[in-house]
Amino acid sequence: MVYDIKYNQGGYVMKIAIPVEEKSSSTKICISFGRTPYFLVFDDAKKEYNFLENTAAESRGGAGVKAAQFIVDNKVDVLLTPRCGENAAEIFNTAKVKLYKTINDSVEDNLKAFSEGKLELLQEVHPGFHHGN
Amino acid sequence: MATKKIKIAVLSGKGGTGKTFLSVNLASVTQNSVYIDCDVEEPNGHLFFKPQNLQTENVTVKVPFVDPARCTGCRKCVEFCKFNALAYIQGKWMLFDEICHSCGGCVLFCPEKALTEKNRIIGSVQKGVSEDITVMSGILKIGESSGIPIINKLLHMAQDMDENIFIDCPPGSACIVMESIKDADYCLLVAEPTLFGMHNLKLVYELISLFKKPHGVVLNKCIEAVNPSEEFCKAKKIRILAKIPFDKKLGELNSNALIVSRENMEYAQLFSALWQKIAEEVHNEAAFDSKR
Repeated sequence: MVYDIKYNQGGYVMKIAIPVEEKSSSTKICISFGRTPYFLVFDDAKKEYNFLENTAAESRGGAGVKAAQFIVDNKVDVLLTPRCGENAAEIFNTAKVKLYKTINDSVEDNLKAFSEGKLELLQEVHPGFHHGN
Repeated sequence: MATKKIKIAVLSGKGGTGKTFLSVNLASVTQNSVYIDCDVEEPNGHLFFKPQNLQTENVTVKVPFVDPARCTGCRKCVEFCKFNALAYIQGKWMLFDEICHSCGGCVLFCPEKALTEKNRIIGSVQKGVSEDITVMSGILKIGESSGIPIINKLLHMAQDMDENIFIDCPPGSACIVMESIKDADYCLLVAEPTLFGMHNLKLVYELISLFKKPHGVVLNKCIEAVNPSEEFCKAKKIRILAKIPFDKKLGELNSNALIVSRENMEYAQLFSALWQKIAEEVHNEAAFDSKR
């Protein structure tokens, strides 16, 4: 997977993260941001990608907050995700990480669409899928 | 006979089974009783009692707040918080207060003493009277995740009341129900005559068995057919205290927010008899305990 990501929507992108199901190049995008097992992170400056284990996945609560902190700490500029909770969105807003809504569960399709400027900003944030107390 | 007053918790595994119906009516047939609505997410007992002279009090929990001048961004608090209620983003300390469980640990752990606690309102408690009955309800604010502090407040308010107390529990068998039954002398389980009803009965039965609470079952909405909940009780040797029929009269009175035992003699007698049975069971249990 080599992508030349020319970012044309307000500045140069260094790092892009995507929540994914598996640690493999054939992985699908994970529907959950906070509890995704891995993040696939592309570093466009170094032209490389890494799978980062999401330490928030097993959290009892607040997975979205922890995962968002993790993404910000990894200096990610752009997150491509099917959805995002309101707490995580507040963190991304503070950190100026841009969120784009994925169009399907294929990493390849979404990166291609992003590099062509075809992905839309994620507008809707959900109030969270909080479990019992 | 001078008897000790009793605290009864009314439970069921799901909503709509008849917890409020039972607890409202039992309280109504018992003199000077106290009715406590612990179903703080949607309290509805007050719709039947229409209590007067309402007094309302806010319920608050403690949440941390930061003195930015003292915070060095060490993140000890963020790492400590097992609920992930805290974040530190580009020099900004952030609290997600609806996730915070008010444990106070972050305040203790902060090496710079940059954190202190403040009150946050999560809901309220209301107290009023309906004829000779004290009616108390907990109300959780919309969007809040835990009503447990409200239940604690209600039970604390009732602590010094020397009257028979009827606790209308939230549905299910989660923490909030455990909180509601922890001080109860007796647990009354309500069940519907369906497979789903039986499954829910099983869940609450497991919970109260864990708490070793004296208990009995009321079978609600009974029809002339096989009752899976009844069969479960028989198999587990759980005492069935009453069977309430699936009766149109009840539906009509309930949907007009009327208290059945104040309107219908037949059912007033059924609830009085049920109350007598429960009182006997509790006192026998107490006598048995004192002999042990």
